Amino acid sequence: MSEGILEVRKKSIMVKNTGCSGDGTGIDCEKASVSGAVSQRACVYCGARVVLNPITDAFHIIHGPIGCSSYTWDIRGSLSSGSEIYRNSFSTDLREKDIIFGGAKKLTAAIDEVVDKYSAKLIFVYATCIVGVIGDDVEAVCREAENKYKIRVIPVKAEGFSGTKKQGYKLACDAVMKLIRPYKITDKKGQHGLNILGDFNLAGEMWLIKNYFKKIGIEVVSTFTGDSSHENLLKAPQAALNVVQCAGSSMYLANQMEKEFAIPFMKVSFFGIEDTSASLMQVAHLLGDEQVIAKAEAFTKKESARLRKFMAQYKPKLAGKKAAIYVGGGFKAISLIRQFNEMGIETVVVGTQTGRKDEYEIIQNIVNDDTVILDDANPAELEYFMKIKHADILVGGVKERPLAYKLGIAFCDHNHERKHALGGYEGVENFTKEINLSINSPVWEYMTAI
Amino acid sequence: MLDMTPKTITERKSLRVNPAKTCQPVGAMYAALGVHRCMPHSHGSQGCCSYHRTFLSRHFKEPAIATTSSFSEGACVFGGGSNLKKAVKNIFDIYNPDIIAVHTTCLSETIGDDLNALIRELEIPQGKLVIHTNTPSYKGSHVTGFGNMMAGFINYLSEKSAVSNGKIGIFPGFVNPGDMHELKRMAKSMGVKYIMFPDTDGTMNTPITGDYQMYPKGGTTIDEIRQLGGAKHILALGELTSMIPAMEIKKKCDVDSTALPYPIGVEATDKFLMSLSKLSGKAITEELEEERGQLLDIMVDSHAYYGDKRVAISGDPDTVLGLAAFCLELGMKPKYMLTGTPDEKFTKLAKEMLLKYGVTDCIAKANADLFELHQLMKNEAVDLLIGGTHCKQIAKAEDVPFVRAGFPIMDRYVHSYMPLVGYRGAMRLAELMGNALMDRQDRDAEDKDLEMVM
Ligand code: SF4
Ligand code: SF4
Repeated sequence: MSEGILEVRKKSIMVKNTGCSGDGTGIDCEKASVSGAVSQRACVYCGARVVLNPITDAFHIIHGPIGCSSYTWDIRGSLSSGSEIYRNSFSTDLREKDIIFGGAKKLTAAIDEVVDKYSAKLIFVYATCIVGVIGDDVEAVCREAENKYKIRVIPVKAEGFSGTKKQGYKLACDAVMKLIRPYKITDKKGQHGLNILGDFNLAGEMWLIKNYFKKIGIEVVSTFTGDSSHENLLKAPQAALNVVQCAGSSMYLANQMEKEFAIPFMKVSFFGIEDTSASLMQVAHLLGDEQVIAKAEAFTKKESARLRKFMAQYKPKLAGKKAAIYVGGGFKAISLIRQFNEMGIETVVVGTQTGRKDEYEIIQNIVNDDTVILDDANPAELEYFMKIKHADILVGGVKERPLAYKLGIAFCDHNHERKHALGGYEGVENFTKEINLSINSPVWEYMTAI
Repeated sequence: MLDMTPKTITERKSLRVNPAKTCQPVGAMYAALGVHRCMPHSHGSQGCCSYHRTFLSRHFKEPAIATTSSFSEGACVFGGGSNLKKAVKNIFDIYNPDIIAVHTTCLSETIGDDLNALIRELEIPQGKLVIHTNTPSYKGSHVTGFGNMMAGFINYLSEKSAVSNGKIGIFPGFVNPGDMHELKRMAKSMGVKYIMFPDTDGTMNTPITGDYQMYPKGGTTIDEIRQLGGAKHILALGELTSMIPAMEIKKKCDVDSTALPYPIGVEATDKFLMSLSKLSGKAITEELEEERGQLLDIMVDSHAYYGDKRVAISGDPDTVLGLAAFCLELGMKPKYMLTGTPDEKFTKLAKEMLLKYGVTDCIAKANADLFELHQLMKNEAVDLLIGGTHCKQIAKAEDVPFVRAGFPIMDRYVHSYMPLVGYRGAMRLAELMGNALMDRQDRDAEDKDLEMVM
């Protein structure tokens, strides 16, 4: 293998044809980054924050030094139809004396100030790395505040060092459970409609999906967590089904809700025509009567036909191009590979930050034989494989964008900085247009030296 | 919609809302990226490093590389020594930089890793270097981290010399590659022999070549940092930002420095060029004189549009001071000058400057946040807001013309390539501010009053 690839990293890379055992056991995922790697991996706190942040009327207080809160201030691109409180950054901005004498008092005072100023009803308190080390009893502070003000103050002990983003997702799910557990209903017959899990309303995607369900006559009870509110979340136990969009972040929550509230769940994906239609039909069959099924059939057929026509215009411009994918979760990578297939684009490199073994398995099954599969890749590796595989476009997040451009490769942000909805049927249009705009931008014509 | 800021100002002691600063390591990382073939290394958990790189990438729209020690729970109990050892070996094996610049994070500081000792114990390949600085984020801000990293380089590398090499050291401060480029252009125009440290012109504004260079051709070289110890004199731009490295080079190599404000606006640029000229014995060139004349010409032509306009400025301390100075030269009236960086020297310098222009009703505050700025603006409105991207919510809520300047700007392009410093930088600023004010005038004009010639 090339220079630029650490010996210890080789297990995290495979070419489908060679290193792979065919059953997904060949790849070394689900581990912390190697010391000294230019890792793209984020921390536990980051994971917890991105899942909980879209709860629009919650106060998110970061208990720690300023940086951890600065970097997560209003960056996710989750939209709200109600409160905008979540778009502010609240923190205790710990200083040296707090590190020495403990920060619990400051946290108590910060909560007092938030309650005092905004009559807050729901507060999440995130403890970051050094809080774990200096040993503030964050749980006690939160408990006291709950008792004092009769509101919910939920601690999220998200010390970054205690794992990767995925543990953070789990913590967030635990926090949500803490919030909704008291609202469990005993009467199973009362359950109706569904909750959408694992959609964060980036660029308004949750609204699109909610609208589909409305069209086919299925009630959406609650959403996790895109465009959700305190009051709305509490209704979740009344739903008859959970659909899970981003499995990486919300599978755990779905499992918990199944255990505790007896709400069954199903995995869905609203990326691409195939996935979106299939998901809607499945839900219709599970929850709807004949009328709903008929409506869903008509709707998905109409949309699919419309989009197939739309895509046909783009196919000549895109067919034969090659794509590289580097995204957070494995499930998203799978959706993207499928979408590229629909466009006639071959996926030649695919990597994830937190993909699970079973997801890597699926990936292996839907890509071509010589596709390179990477776990937690660093820029050198990405560069190397994009070059030798002659990728025309990279789909990734903020850190990959400049790298792709430097290489003269087109780019599409499928992460927090997406420019428009990429989910649902509208998303197919947006995504196809964006891929086309970037791959076929006139600027690439000038890339050769004068 | 975005407006949930109450007008009534109540004292906050513990709660920070909408910060106007971030943590030290970001500054340290940026400084290290201005050194040729250097790998910035974050000694702490992987999360911090990932955030810092993202933050820089968002502003510069460039890859910002750095490595991390990837602390786990074990490292928190037993210290991060073995993580650092592993990291350094891996970095040299695989990324092959000439130098690794280690900075700490809150975590490694809190558990008490002694970097001096840890680095002494490292096995460092022949001809390679590892240096460090301490950047606990519970002190100072990203601006402090920038200065600390510079001091770290100086402390490890700069060599005291009995004879001066005749060069002028220029510490540009926490500014954009476009600014550093402009500073060098002015020095070159005068034929001054200089060492710019750090220098992100050529590392954080690289052209597309079709190749990704982990170490682009720009950046201060290790040799130049060594030679700083024999420099004739240092011009330390940014009286707050460059103070720490200026003290370090005095202590380590007995090289004297002159602290100057960022050369933003006429007077500060004059000062910079005159100091450069005096120290080097080179004359200020006709080219630069002409630029100065052009700037004044622009200011005269357009002064009516700036006069008496009230302005709120937020950002890093020296940037805010520089921008305010130019606003005053244009006849504007700073109403609020705010920085998140906790340093009372900012307030002192601001007051002195305001006094000189007879402005008495400006509120200048360090250790402030944008929530406070917003509240202030609600109580007494301004005509123009200048600051980084995070001010855009305020600008929108209050419907105030907004000029982006400083760090971070994550929602616009081109800015990092262009200067604010020097006469050319001032022309650009005049254009940005003038356009914002005049676009507003056009927008608000009744149809009958819309002016074709302004
Ligand atoms: S822990 Fe410290 S160094 Fe890390 S992001 Fe937070 S403030 Fe910055
Ligand atoms: S200090 Fe910990 S929680 Fe904060 S950003 Fe760093 S790794 Fe994440």
